[in-house]
Amino acid sequence: MNETFQLDGASVPFEPGQTVMQAALAAGHYIPHLCYHPEFKPHGSCKLCTVKINGRTMASCTMPAEADLNVESDIEELNALRRSLVQMLFAEGNHFCPSCEKSGNCMLQALGYDLEVHATGFRHLYPDRPLDATHPDILLDFNRCILCELCVRASSEVDGKNVFALAGRGITKHLIVNAESGLLKDTSMALTDKAMQVCPVGVILPKRVGFSVPIGERRYDQRPISEQALDDAPRQPVRGDGCAACEE
Amino acid sequence: MANDLETAAHPENLRRVAIDPVSRVEGHGKVTLLLDENDRVHQVRLHIVEFRGFEKFIQGRPYWEAPVMVQRLCGICPVSHHLAASKAMDMIVGATLTPTAEKVRRLMHYGQILQSHALHFFHLCSPDLLFGFDSEVAKRNIVGIVAAYPDIAKQGVLLRKFGQEVIRITAGKRIHGTGSIPGGVNKNVSVDERDYLLQDIEQIVAWSQSSVGIARQLFEQNLDLYNNFGRFKAHTLNMVRKDGALDLYHGGLRARDMDGRTLFDHYDYSHYWDVIFEDVKTWSYMKFPFLRSLGPENGWYRVGPLSRVTQCDFIPTPLADRARQEFMAFNGGSAMGATLGFHWARMIEMLHSAEVIRDLLHDPDLQGSDLLSKGARQERGVGVIEAPRGTLIHHYKVDDNDQIVRCNLIVSTTHNNQAMNEAIRQVARQYIDGRRLTEGLLNHIEVAIRAFDPCLSCATHALGKMPLEVELLDAAGGRVDVLTRSSDGSFSCAA
Repeated sequence: MNETFQLDGASVPFEPGQTVMQAALAAGHYIPHLCYHPEFKPHGSCKLCTVKINGRTMASCTMPAEADLNVESDIEELNALRRSLVQMLFAEGNHFCPSCEKSGNCMLQALGYDLEVHATGFRHLYPDRPLDATHPDILLDFNRCILCELCVRASSEVDGKNVFALAGRGITKHLIVNAESGLLKDTSMALTDKAMQVCPVGVILPKRVGFSVPIGERRYDQRPISEQALDDAPRQPVRGDGCAACEE
Repeated sequence: MANDLETAAHPENLRRVAIDPVSRVEGHGKVTLLLDENDRVHQVRLHIVEFRGFEKFIQGRPYWEAPVMVQRLCGICPVSHHLAASKAMDMIVGATLTPTAEKVRRLMHYGQILQSHALHFFHLCSPDLLFGFDSEVAKRNIVGIVAAYPDIAKQGVLLRKFGQEVIRITAGKRIHGTGSIPGGVNKNVSVDERDYLLQDIEQIVAWSQSSVGIARQLFEQNLDLYNNFGRFKAHTLNMVRKDGALDLYHGGLRARDMDGRTLFDHYDYSHYWDVIFEDVKTWSYMKFPFLRSLGPENGWYRVGPLSRVTQCDFIPTPLADRARQEFMAFNGGSAMGATLGFHWARMIEMLHSAEVIRDLLHDPDLQGSDLLSKGARQERGVGVIEAPRGTLIHHYKVDDNDQIVRCNLIVSTTHNNQAMNEAIRQVARQYIDGRRLTEGLLNHIEVAIRAFDPCLSCATHALGKMPLEVELLDAAGGRVDVLTRSSDGSFSCAA
């Protein structure tokens, strides 16, 4: 590992095959992200990780690292755009942090704090998204879905169950359950599935344990996501083992 | 008696005066008076102008979310809703609380009683009581108190701060924490946290004692005014411990009529609907609860500190019980039925809370690690707690998928709805009827409302039952058509 690229003026070493995001996180440089997960192939959908490379905007999670790239990330122009993206995600769904059991453990909320999103910014759409509480152990609260597809990928690639999929187009795009009835109770989803652990927001939840972790001990209570993500990142993906980025 | 001055016989020719908003209360309310050309009062109503839909939008949510969600009803006593919902959910999960869980919750609750009572007495009401009801309006506020009575103001602020610290340690945050969960709590009180609170508790007890003294002194100095201001007889409802002691966290329901006869005692609140029913009136979002045995016209009652302190058999902490006995004996017991007696009773409860907190802080169960329990799952859960402002009822039905399908909340201010209306009508008769209105006179109405410490923001729940009337008028003002929605939700159209 002797080749490097420049990220906000710092030299970042990388290995062949690494993306800009992977190399940056491994070297201790945080780039905001939501749909990126160290165990899964880059998705490039949330666009929070957009950086400027040699003057062009690109998703750092999909951009292969190359020698001598000049990458800009922590600049006001991009952070302002990231704030707008987070505001739009909040406006598209029904994110009521005050009563959400994922508060303190939610990447979207943590990013909002980290990016200093102080106002809603956009008119809220208040979509009608009923819960699926039919599974005896698992609750699906679609109100909070940000369409990152991490659960789709985890259920397909790791669990081999294909429980989830995205349906619809554009603003009507939404998460669905692959069952004749459309209900989670009619799938083989289990608490031990990888898909249970990867949701960055509060959609896929184990039942009857909400709020059992006190305020002060939750994931982002002590440290902002920009610091927490660096602890999660350097671990190499090992399928089947625990992952720092996942919920236990 | 209660309906006198509720509805004027001929409102069309009367002058309307509105106190809007009612200030120094939690939430938004207004009072309307209808007066004739001789300033005689014909109608007085307390209106709660905002609407809360918690009972509706909590439907479909998972039951474990309720204790956190419902506390957003209020920023002053959210712990009441947090704990009442938790108690209801304890029933849902079939839990019998561990000693640590119950004591941590009690600590949280008494911390809240302390801070809320301090806030109410010092921040919201002391300007009326110390300066006078019709004193200079520019100074009649907490800033004026800080300037004129800095020691009293400081005492009030620090008493409230201590209560808020108790809440922070037990619930995780000073406002809207998450400490209480179905079946128990999510944290205990560490030794460090306990020691932090113990540093100040003796001072808090001492200040609470002197606060009772302030309330008593106010009565002594203005005996005629304090005894008679907005005075009326009312039935009472409150919760008591099995031995009849004051218990603000748990117990059975006790109701007595205005002459002191017991209507029911130690009643299991899980069937509250057999003894309490809610009436709906055409002019308010707030419901009007009544004791079933007395009927909707005569069954309204009073809850809160005045009912609790006067109707319990004793207070199980020595300083507060002595203060209670002095309160009951004062001037032949006259303060027990006085609207302004609320303040004195409130300070006695604050002293009791300080003593309970002190006792709990010395209890090693607070450091226990057995925080949760559960048992056989139930479909219905009812949680009742004595909130700072009075009895608070939470009632939920949860389906097999763990989703809430029904919710009914009867909050303290709703219980007191008719009593507050009666108090302001009494004040209108005493001070306003036939006199030229001034700001100071109108403030007398607000003083009566503030005595109850109403939480107007959490009291309006008559969803879908608020009658509406839409009139279609022609250019000359003549009525062409009228669309009416009645209190049962049905519509009718009549030209």
